[in-house]
Amino acid sequence: MSTGTGSKTAGKIFTVAVASGKGGTGKTTVAISMALCAETDVQLLDCDVEEPNAHILLKPSIQGNEHVSMPVPFLDEAKCTGCGKCSGICAFNAIVFLKKPLFLPDLCHSCGLCMKVCPGKAIMEKPRHIGILEIGAKGDVGFVSGCLDIGIASSPALIRAVRKQSKNAGLEIIDCPPGTACSFVTSVKDSDFVLLVTEPTRFGLHDMTLAIKVIKQLKLPFGVLVNKSISDDDCIGKYCSSEKIPLLMRIPDDRSIAEAYSRGVDLMEVKPELKDGFLKMIDAVRAIAEEDGGK
Amino acid sequence: MKEIVVISGKGGTGKTTIAASFAALAENAVMADCDVDASDLHLILRPVIKTGNRFFCGHEAEIRKNDCISCGACLANCRFEAVKMNGDVAGEAEFSIDASACDGCGACVYLCPVKAIDFHSRYCGEWFVSDTRFGPMVHAVLAPGAENSGKLVNLVRMNAKKTAEETGGNIIITDGPPGIGCPVISSVTGADAVLAVAEPTLSGLHDLRRIMELARHFGIRTLVCVNRSDMNTGISEEIEKLSAESGAVFAGRIPYDDEINRAHDGGISIIEHGKGESVGRIREVWNETRRNI
Ligand code: SF4
Ligand code: SF4
Ligand code: SF4
Ligand code: SF4
Repeated sequence: MSTGTGSKTAGKIFTVAVASGKGGTGKTTVAISMALCAETDVQLLDCDVEEPNAHILLKPSIQGNEHVSMPVPFLDEAKCTGCGKCSGICAFNAIVFLKKPLFLPDLCHSCGLCMKVCPGKAIMEKPRHIGILEIGAKGDVGFVSGCLDIGIASSPALIRAVRKQSKNAGLEIIDCPPGTACSFVTSVKDSDFVLLVTEPTRFGLHDMTLAIKVIKQLKLPFGVLVNKSISDDDCIGKYCSSEKIPLLMRIPDDRSIAEAYSRGVDLMEVKPELKDGFLKMIDAVRAIAEEDGGK
Repeated sequence: MKEIVVISGKGGTGKTTIAASFAALAENAVMADCDVDASDLHLILRPVIKTGNRFFCGHEAEIRKNDCISCGACLANCRFEAVKMNGDVAGEAEFSIDASACDGCGACVYLCPVKAIDFHSRYCGEWFVSDTRFGPMVHAVLAPGAENSGKLVNLVRMNAKKTAEETGGNIIITDGPPGIGCPVISSVTGADAVLAVAEPTLSGLHDLRRIMELARHFGIRTLVCVNRSDMNTGISEEIEKLSAESGAVFAGRIPYDDEINRAHDGGISIIEHGKGESVGRIREVWNETRRNI
């Protein structure tokens, strides 16, 4: 993967991050529907590593697993002189020092600095398991999902591992985690477009505005999809028109959709008539991103 | 003093609806909103802020362009892909740090041969102690995209405890974050019990298993309730069975209820709204919860 903005112009890949601010708005349903509708080379990356759900709806066949680990330091007692330098420089207080250093893997961010500064080369690294990648496909849709081990706090590292599986071609759809913190940022970073899935409630509007703040800071083009829509004249519609945010699609509030979802049946199976809408939306998203890139 | 944390694994299951209802039903409670990433509880409890405090945590690195000799050591030592190089030849290229990717580890700062990198404290948000019509509330907003929401969660919980001690509160009702990662771990460790609000869908069931495993991992007493239970009665039953099998207390089923959105649009809890099928059921979940902590 190239650094910076080069990847956007050089490769043919087009990455849409499907995000929501608030959880439970139907983000995964939308991500999967987009993947199933797009007939080009398409890959779905489930970056919601704390609660990966895309596989439940997509039902891909899994071709392989990959274990993901982070390097954590360990000590070669014989070489350690007890100088204490390592514990002084760790920015995360992950090294307790009592004559010899004691490493606390739960606090370690795997930055590698302690190892680099140790004058006696007494620190080495060993892998600590943080999660699993599942790699597979459903028909023409490539699929990668990350699943964080229970009790592990570092989602961003696993999200980075999922995104490294990018094929760098065709359409790439990222199912992002909820919220607006570091895991969200790691998931949407360097994408070409962020599609915000929201619902027309007070919570939905409020959480969407929080997500928009972050996306604006990251300077990414974005648009909105309203799920469980009852009326065109709702709080989301009003907000989007006053803020000049493209409202790209509405999926009607329909009990049959919710019930199908509860059984793990995807939207395209219950409402195939929405396919046209999704294809139009993907075209619109590409057009907006292109215009934005031309700026 | 007891502390109950309302969590959900999956987002959007109605966690805040339940937490706000508990606030309305409890006596002598202190409310804490630990969903600092996407807090919503204040939309219903409408807190009046008494004190606000800025929250700094960790650092971010920044290169002083004039002092940089373009050696590339920072790029080579950063494991978070935060150092960007503009131009190709080291020695002439311009180096900069993408603040949104910087983890604040300080490796580049320490290893820069000419000490050209500053290490600023990072502004990560704000936390508040407020009054609501149901009692004191401690809440926070994470700065957009900031890390370390876990630490902000700890601050909120610490101050909720302090507030409860000062005001003679006997229960802390916490609206927890979704997921099972760092903010959730920070929200539940050391609490008296968690109430997991599940949704009767295959994804909901999947996420409930994970959150229950997390609670078990940390040895916390677990209660489970199902929201919108009539959406899929089969899975609702399965959730009830799952909680029995894994030693959790099943606290009840809450039916789908249109009135909840109506109450929230008016900025009140469903309990105060008083209309709707869910009201009585949420009361039962509260009573069951009260009995078990
Ligand atoms: S820096 Fe190296 S030698 Fe010094 S205390 Fe740490 S491990 Fe031991
Ligand atoms: S690798 Fe980095 S975070 Fe981990 S102990 Fe060493 S200095 Fe601390
Ligand atoms: S502080 Fe650490 S994460 Fe930030 S730029 Fe420097 S090396 Fe990279
Ligand atoms: S390590 Fe220091 S001198 Fe070298 S490129 Fe980075 S900032 Fe410039």
